[in-house]
Amino acid sequence: MKMRRRYGAFVALVATATLVASGCSSSSNDSGSESAGDLFKNPVTLNWWHNANQAGPLRTHWEKVANDFHNLHPTVTIKITAVETNDLQRNRLPAALLSGNPPDVFQAWGGGEMVDQVKSDYLKDITAQTKSEVASIGAAASIWSVDGKQYGLPFGFGIEGFWYNKDLFTKAGITAPPTSLDELNAAVTKLKAINVTPIALGAGDKWPAGHWWYNFAVRECSADALKNASTKQNFDDPCFVKAGEDVKTFIGTTPFQPNFLATSGQTGAGSSAGLVANGKAAMELMGAWNGGVMQTLTPNQKEPTFLGWFPFPKVPGAGGSQDTQMGGGDGFSCSKKAPPECVEFLKYIVSPDVEKAFAATGSGIPTVKGAEAGLSDPVLQTIAKATQDAGGVQLWLDTSFGANAGTAMNDAIIAIFANKGTPEGVVTALKKATAR
Amino acid sequence: MTATDRSAGLAGRASARPASPRPVHSGRAARTRRKWYEIIALTGPAAIVFTLFVLTPIVFAIYYSLYKWSGYGWPTEFRGLDNYIGPYGAFRDPIFLDGLRNNGIVIVGSLVIQGPLAIAIALLLNRRFRGRAVFRLLVFIPYVLAEVTVGIMWQLILQPSGTVDALLTDAGLGHLITGWLANLNVVLWTMLFILTWKYTGFALILFLAGLANIPDELTEAAAIDGASWWQIQRHITLPLLGPTIRIWMFLSMIGSLQLFDVVWVASTPAVRSLGASNTMATYMVDHGFNQREWGYGNAVAVILFVISFLAALLFQRFVLRRDIEGAQTRRAR
Repeated sequence: MKMRRRYGAFVALVATATLVASGCSSSSNDSGSESAGDLFKNPVTLNWWHNANQAGPLRTHWEKVANDFHNLHPTVTIKITAVETNDLQRNRLPAALLSGNPPDVFQAWGGGEMVDQVKSDYLKDITAQTKSEVASIGAAASIWSVDGKQYGLPFGFGIEGFWYNKDLFTKAGITAPPTSLDELNAAVTKLKAINVTPIALGAGDKWPAGHWWYNFAVRECSADALKNASTKQNFDDPCFVKAGEDVKTFIGTTPFQPNFLATSGQTGAGSSAGLVANGKAAMELMGAWNGGVMQTLTPNQKEPTFLGWFPFPKVPGAGGSQDTQMGGGDGFSCSKKAPPECVEFLKYIVSPDVEKAFAATGSGIPTVKGAEAGLSDPVLQTIAKATQDAGGVQLWLDTSFGANAGTAMNDAIIAIFANKGTPEGVVTALKKATAR
Repeated sequence: MTATDRSAGLAGRASARPASPRPVHSGRAARTRRKWYEIIALTGPAAIVFTLFVLTPIVFAIYYSLYKWSGYGWPTEFRGLDNYIGPYGAFRDPIFLDGLRNNGIVIVGSLVIQGPLAIAIALLLNRRFRGRAVFRLLVFIPYVLAEVTVGIMWQLILQPSGTVDALLTDAGLGHLITGWLANLNVVLWTMLFILTWKYTGFALILFLAGLANIPDELTEAAAIDGASWWQIQRHITLPLLGPTIRIWMFLSMIGSLQLFDVVWVASTPAVRSLGASNTMATYMVDHGFNQREWGYGNAVAVILFVISFLAALLFQRFVLRRDIEGAQTRRAR
């Protein structure tokens, strides 16, 4: 399954804002809605669109969730449509929302995109009914809210970091995972010495290269600078140029496999995830879904046992937070016209037992408290702990800035990787992007 | 609904006719009316479908192209011609202009490489020899494969340390190896190679059909007069193959202008967005859908449509005219 990056907003700052008193218990009947009396009385069908289109544990999990909910509430029938992420997000959902006949429940990644959907009045305000869920999820839930109102609930959330091959690290004489950029550079040198590609990069898909810039931006930029960029489209802080310079310097050490412009991120054994999964490269900077992707790319369809994980290292001398991490999650929203049962279904998806079962699929890190006990994968356990320990989580910048500015930014970043663009070019592109 | 409107209009016209001063033979009027019914009955369905699915979308595309539109809600931010010629319009975007240039290179490259190649193979295959059918099949097979299949296939063959690299190394040509799909200066030529591989078979089938229409008597007469095989090809076969070649040029040109699938599948989004392999059509989808600039994407669609339309008109006017006229006069007789 491909749980791709794409999630919500600036979590660190709003962590406290969502911790509202949770008066009602989660599973009891809905207290705020005027149609509460009709709930589960009339037969309804919920059309549910999610992105687990490939056979695997997650798709099976969603099928079970739909069946269990129907057994619990026989008046509700759930019809599933599974579509590949990019197609779902870019083509199918916008067209369905525009047509006035959208699915009732659909995948939502929060951030700039959700702001657009709310502006067009497509989403159901679920603030009143989901107070206890939001409290349990904590800071991450704010990514699925706009102007203090909740429009979706995340079921998975985690930070990004380096997925690495412990065996190759040992062979290269690297004793501990790098914690600073200098140590990362030293590791790259040692891996080259034993003739291993140090870092795999799926630059062909653009965003995996973009993530390098995002992480450097988090290290270089103050929380205020990042917030102004997300909310006011203000990119004047010199830290954004600095991030580009860091990327350029790092590319100069040739840590990536050759021809990375033609390497995709997730498709086939020749993709960046495939290179790491099959022992051809030592590490990859990628989100928490990477284990699930790698499973599908190995000969035995299992996640390699040699995998380890460490967060993006500190950058000495950089002016931003050194313990904030880049991350995001997956959630679901209800369309404006969906029956009230839809909200109950959203709440069911993030109920502790269902979240535990989600954790057991190894497809991501659950969001509600206590569900992380369901995680059996050691790498995901590491990421879950690191997510909790992070000083803050910055949502993927492309999601945070919205599709338009996000893509323009990725295009300009890829130009740096192709040695055609400059660090200043990224800032120029961001400023221009909102014009079309 | 539409049909009712049409027949109402027709009735109106028919009833207006007898008002003309000249007396009208009732038989002739009936015949005219019948002719119109026939025209409506036969062209009506096609006309409705054409209007609904071709003309209407074009009109809408032009309308949308005047707006800044994210695809959510109906377009409201009117921008005039900004999407075309504004500071961030298509004609000011170097990546779009790269796409336009790439389309041009593909058109010229296809005509110059596929044409002569297919003619040569067709002339060769037009002679009788053992295994001719097998050979024809081999050249034609790539055309039968779906574009997406072809794109993925070549992506695998051309991947680093893939089949092509291994063959080159074994042949002692290892120094020629490059990022076939990653080197920004090479990737367009890789695309052209894949297109040639795929579409030469199409040209070949057209030319073989054209050759089959050339009467044997002509070549036999020439042979009796002492013309060599080369002279026969040069002075009889090629001139008579002219109409077929011109039709193929037309199809190849329009196909190259609309080129999308092979490039979309075989070259990565990164390489496309750097202007190395993108075409107008891939640029349109990259921006219209993936970057959610729906108004801008529609502007690019309109540009692509106008260019294709003009190219088609000019080619018909100046190159295809005599072929088409010939066909019409023949049918009239």
